[in-house]
Amino acid sequence: MKRELGIATALVGVFLFAYFVPISDERVSNALLEAFRMLQWYARNHTLACVVPAMFIAGGIGAFLSKETVLRHLGAQANRFEAYGVASVSGTVLAVCSCSVLPMFAGIYRVGAGLGPASAFLYSGPAINVMAIFLTGRVLGYDLGASRFFGSIVLAVIIGLMMEFFFRREERRRNESFIDMPEPPPAKRSLLQTVLFFLAMIAVLVFSDWSSPSQTMIERTDGSRMKVSVLLETTSIYRVQVVEAVGNLSKGTKQDIPKSEIRVKEDTTPAGYERSAWIYRNRWYFAGVCLAAVLAMTFGWFDGGERLEWMNQTWTFAKQIVPLLFGGVFVTGFVAALIPEEAVGRLVGGNSLSANLVASVIGALWYFATLTEIPILDSLLGLGMGRGPALTLLLAGPALSLPSIAVIYSVFGWKKTATFVGLVIVMSTLVGWAFGAFV
Amino acid sequence: MKKIQILGTGCPKCVALTANAEAAAKQVGVAYSIEKVTDVNEIVKAGVMLTPALSIDGKVVSMGKILSPDDIAKHLGS
Repeated sequence: MKRELGIATALVGVFLFAYFVPISDERVSNALLEAFRMLQWYARNHTLACVVPAMFIAGGIGAFLSKETVLRHLGAQANRFEAYGVASVSGTVLAVCSCSVLPMFAGIYRVGAGLGPASAFLYSGPAINVMAIFLTGRVLGYDLGASRFFGSIVLAVIIGLMMEFFFRREERRRNESFIDMPEPPPAKRSLLQTVLFFLAMIAVLVFSDWSSPSQTMIERTDGSRMKVSVLLETTSIYRVQVVEAVGNLSKGTKQDIPKSEIRVKEDTTPAGYERSAWIYRNRWYFAGVCLAAVLAMTFGWFDGGERLEWMNQTWTFAKQIVPLLFGGVFVTGFVAALIPEEAVGRLVGGNSLSANLVASVIGALWYFATLTEIPILDSLLGLGMGRGPALTLLLAGPALSLPSIAVIYSVFGWKKTATFVGLVIVMSTLVGWAFGAFV
Repeated sequence: MKKIQILGTGCPKCVALTANAEAAAKQVGVAYSIEKVTDVNEIVKAGVMLTPALSIDGKVVSMGKILSPDDIAKHLGS
């Protein structure tokens, strides 16, 4: 019944949109075009090299890593260092699907290692899965990708410890209904084999996704030259950002250049990046070698049932994530084109404390469907959001949303929930602010 | 009458497991009732941390995986 109601609402929504959208309005038709441009940009640049391999890795994690082994380190008997350590990083392997985070969190809190590690896990779990980190790095830049990863882990421990400290008196003995942490199934491979297998898969992703460190010199058909970095490439246009001011274009201006107007496009990579550029030129050879290694291991070490399970898991993720991601990209492209640039700049531009705070609060309340935070931020950055507030939003975003706050409340009670939400907002703001001051 | 419960917060995996459980029950041909447990607190109380989990007559038989209809049929048969 609920499901049918949802379908009906969606149909009515699409109908109303189709009925009322002022398609002849120039801004709206521009926005539609922009949405398709953005979709093509993702399809051409982020799909084959990043999303597809990452999905196989996520599938492999779901199929081959024993979650039971990890959860045992979060049980009631685990010592505190172990519990905090495992809780803050285990999101990479446990939480490939963000909806599975909440039961694990409730379990760790109620019958496992307690409030601190549970808070740490709840905070970092949804943010640091393999796909989120790689896509962040690829789309938003490696500085943001790496800061998101390490920021989430470090903040998780800090927030966990603070929660435990604030509520140290209330940490009475929790109910004794001890969960038997599920018995891990007998290992089919040595740890070394598992590690090698995942390293080889990640290496494929790293190489296939190696980004060009280049700058480009563009000479247009009218003879003007400019130094740019290419932001977006579709079949018909380049969107570029001016690196050195020319004529009336100041540094940082963004511009669409039709491909027909470009006479020469020349690679002017700065010195010092030769090695990186060399890897970039040969990236498919490296990726190919790693892929061959993955295939060899797959057929040498895994049996048919396990391979099938791996493909099943990968397919499950694909079905879940691809529509969200591409739908998200399209909608984001459309909406972003309608948002006035000044409004974004005023709210989250630059790196003021208030810009970071706004980003933090939005991130904490808004629900981002898996991975859609990335195209959304991509657009906001294009509209003038600062990189500090962008990191803030990435840090506060995945852990919290209004729906998840409601579930956390049912587990924690209002006092702990409010403290947790407050800590996430404040700490994310501070870290994003520091990052923004640094870059 | 077999009481089948699917424990999970409602992600696509839980939907898949529910479908498999129904298929299995029809295959075995027993009378059954199927219930989805989506409240996190209830899930944890049942002793489950890895979702989706399958419980038959109040006993958890699997956690964190999508059992095939054949596997579920074996549990229902016993």
